[in-house]
Amino acid sequence: MNGTIDLLFWQLFAAYLFVLILVVIVRIRGIPREKEIFIASIRMTLQLILVGYLLVYVFKYTHPVYTLLLVATMLAFSIRTIIKRAKGNLSYAMKRIIAFSMTSGILVSLIFFIFIVLQLEPWYEPRYVIPIAGMIVGNSMTGIALGVNSLIEGMHIQKDKVEAALMLGAKPKAAARNIVNQAFDSAMLPTINSMVGMGIVFLPGMMTGQILSGTSPIVAVEYQIAIMLGIVGSVSLSVILFVQLGYRTFFNHRSQLDLEGSGKIQR
Amino acid sequence: MFRLKGVKVKGILSVPELTIIRNTITCIVGESGSGKTSLLRLLNQLDSPDEGEIWFDQCPLSETDPIEWRRNVVMVPQAPIVFKGTVGDNLQIGLSFSDKPAASDERLMQALHLVCLEKGLAQDAENLSGGEKQRLSLARAVLMNPMALLLDEPTSALDEDTANKVFQRLTAFIRENGKTLVIITHSRSIADTYADLIIEIKDGMPQVDGRVYSERND
Repeated sequence: MNGTIDLLFWQLFAAYLFVLILVVIVRIRGIPREKEIFIASIRMTLQLILVGYLLVYVFKYTHPVYTLLLVATMLAFSIRTIIKRAKGNLSYAMKRIIAFSMTSGILVSLIFFIFIVLQLEPWYEPRYVIPIAGMIVGNSMTGIALGVNSLIEGMHIQKDKVEAALMLGAKPKAAARNIVNQAFDSAMLPTINSMVGMGIVFLPGMMTGQILSGTSPIVAVEYQIAIMLGIVGSVSLSVILFVQLGYRTFFNHRSQLDLEGSGKIQR
Repeated sequence: MFRLKGVKVKGILSVPELTIIRNTITCIVGESGSGKTSLLRLLNQLDSPDEGEIWFDQCPLSETDPIEWRRNVVMVPQAPIVFKGTVGDNLQIGLSFSDKPAASDERLMQALHLVCLEKGLAQDAENLSGGEKQRLSLARAVLMNPMALLLDEPTSALDEDTANKVFQRLTAFIRENGKTLVIITHSRSIADTYADLIIEIKDGMPQVDGRVYSERND
């Protein structure tokens, strides 16, 4: 069988049966989530239709500005999501560090991927840049979101240990070292786990998509390996930048612990 | 040595004037929540006053490097903190935090002896009792050989006999080595026995012999 099966309207509509099954389950079990499930399904559908038409336009009228604009939009939304998902009220300094780490980590990895790994001609070819940027941004967002929560929680829970180290003349960097390492570790864990399970526990979305659209599985695997390594690079770069800069917002200019000045945990 | 003038901390502490003299033992007594720990934290530069200034000799603390300061004026909190690792690791960590060279096992054992803690260096510090952890924290601070020690109820988890033994050895060490000791204690008898000066903090104000410190000086 060659080419792709173009889904008819009723075929696509039939897939919504799974949402109905979910609604029935939550109703039977008395879990009040029907409204959210409906809203999420409608949002998912509308957002994907919108992005589908947008991509058709961008692919047809290829221009670097369109590509850059789409990447910038993805980046901005991911930063907004991290800030909204954080367990505390983040300070302005912390928000700035999140934005800086995400932007730097993602741009460095994306530029390396486009110019060195793929050697795209032209470099802004949206058919490649946009899906790859999407995967890199999405994974970095998950990593930093976990890192932010782990760092804030660690600084609050281990406050006494941090202060005990300061009392012994430790620099803030040394006093926060274990918490920073734990935050880095918890941020990287999903990416490492996903590498371990890839190909055995699950087939990644991009590879599945390529195979479904008729690409040879070997080519799909090559792309998947390359993009996975790109994701590892981007997540680790973004997260290390974040934790290395983020812990500093918990200390003031007199090297005193200032939990009020940074992420405050909502009780 | 330490001179506080017009120092205020968010309605917790108000110190019109206070002097703590070099190479002496000062005990701070007072009810819970009276502001004793706040005063010690100010001296360690773990907090800064909202108003007023603290001087060390002629130098305002706000102009000193706080990290370098804490390496010379070490504070031990009331709730003992042990770090992951052995007793030996916990003793060395203060030196490591303050970028000082590691101590020999002999010096570590001497520090443990000073606080009456007869434990092996290889023992896991997490398994020590509350009182043992308190003495380990104290030994760790002594090992750093600071100019001044600020101790927040260092023997609150110890029985009276052990507490007295620790104080005897510690105060002897302080006097022999020309160091300054500021201790918060709930025990009036310990204060009476070992202190050169007893400061009572009442409603956030330091008093000596029942009078506000500045009035006494007047």
